[in-house]
Amino acid sequence: MTTTIKRDYDLLGASGRLAVETGLAAAEWYHTDITRKDMKALMQRSDAPAIRDTIIWLGSMVVFAALGIYFWGSWICIPFFLVYGVLYGSASDSRWHECGHGTAFKTRWMNDAVYQIACFMIMRNPVTWRWSHARHHTDTIIVGRDPEIAVMRPPDLARVVLNFFGILDSWFAMSDMVRNAFGHISAAEKSFIPEMEQPKMVRIARIWLAIYVATVAACLWMGSILPLMLVGLPRLYGAWHHVMVGLLQHGGLAEDVVDHRLNTRTVYMNPVFRFLYLNMNYHVEHHMFPMVPYHALPKLHAMIKHDLPAPNPSMWSGYREMIPAFLRQLRNEDYFLKRELPPTARPYREEFHGELPAAAAQ
Amino acid sequence: MSNWIEVCAADAIDEEDVIRFDHGGRTFAVYRSPEDDYFATDGLCTHEKIHLADGLVMDNIIECPKHNGRFDYRTGEAKGAPVCVNLQTYPVKVENGTVFIGL
Repeated sequence: MTTTIKRDYDLLGASGRLAVETGLAAAEWYHTDITRKDMKALMQRSDAPAIRDTIIWLGSMVVFAALGIYFWGSWICIPFFLVYGVLYGSASDSRWHECGHGTAFKTRWMNDAVYQIACFMIMRNPVTWRWSHARHHTDTIIVGRDPEIAVMRPPDLARVVLNFFGILDSWFAMSDMVRNAFGHISAAEKSFIPEMEQPKMVRIARIWLAIYVATVAACLWMGSILPLMLVGLPRLYGAWHHVMVGLLQHGGLAEDVVDHRLNTRTVYMNPVFRFLYLNMNYHVEHHMFPMVPYHALPKLHAMIKHDLPAPNPSMWSGYREMIPAFLRQLRNEDYFLKRELPPTARPYREEFHGELPAAAAQ
Repeated sequence: MSNWIEVCAADAIDEEDVIRFDHGGRTFAVYRSPEDDYFATDGLCTHEKIHLADGLVMDNIIECPKHNGRFDYRTGEAKGAPVCVNLQTYPVKVENGTVFIGL
């Protein structure tokens, strides 16, 4: 008979404290062997790919926004806003992420500029999320340590569905923004954001609040929702793509392991989605070597795939295994999808992983 | 006064690169700059104790391989989030094609 230990995802809770005591937190993670020469070549920064992709991204937004405005008042504007929304409310997710790592551009100020713009679009405070994402990489899907676990167990599927339209995420983001703008910093935020960084978080929240107040004022002055269709609301009507691809990163896989091959998923995607997502479909590779820029991830994948579980050949394949896993976790929250390593791959730290097979899908 | 410890041959470190050097139960990072100067710092990032020798050297910056924390390896200065604490630096000399660190 297996005993279910209630998970506590609170960053100040019992599971997090236990992870620290057992050495699961801040552990050394598995890395596939790769020569220093090859890794140096993969890590090299370049401005050209990100300048090209940023021009396409922001240029497309200007074009589709202009067409949406031109056809405003007619049904014809809808497809233009749908595309604008995905560029604003989804492509910004991968941009804040890549620029937060500092790997998109070689030139630092370019990373910082796109990071600020993308953070605003995706409604993630650039200070808070820089630190939360650092923790996510330190303690990936460690219960009570990782602040970025998208689907906790048992899964809250209503929340998942609502977030395809950005509803809960935006509500919480707006609440946090207002709270931070008034100088209130939560205990959870204090647990991963150093004190010296907290005033920056408050300053950004105040600037954003001013922008949203100005946008709402513009709507009232114009007697139209159009300004909000361009600023703010795309985070709702354009969110579906980043949620669709983002759920696949870790959804249904193991918790509390120190091997990204077991808790992270690589999925093959088409070029358009990979542009929007900046190649984050190579997610095992990204977590194992976060210094490798997005444009080098396909090459890294080719070099280390012999040591990784077989990637999902399509998003359909990913969802076909993930959704049944979520449904099964409603009844048994210990259930997860167990990744099979290639026969030649070396298992790692099985003392952390060995307790789980009874609940795992083979 | 420094106790000079032999690290490696000077040409064992590529230009604009870093190696790990363990000595006396401690770990260090030894750098060769694009200008062909040598430097040394503590080997672990002050943020999450990751080996900096696995990171990327760009000009005079070492970037941590885990969270991309950046330091000026000549001075140890932390260059911004997520690193807030400077690195300890150590004197380095090259004699007869051999790199020494002063501990």
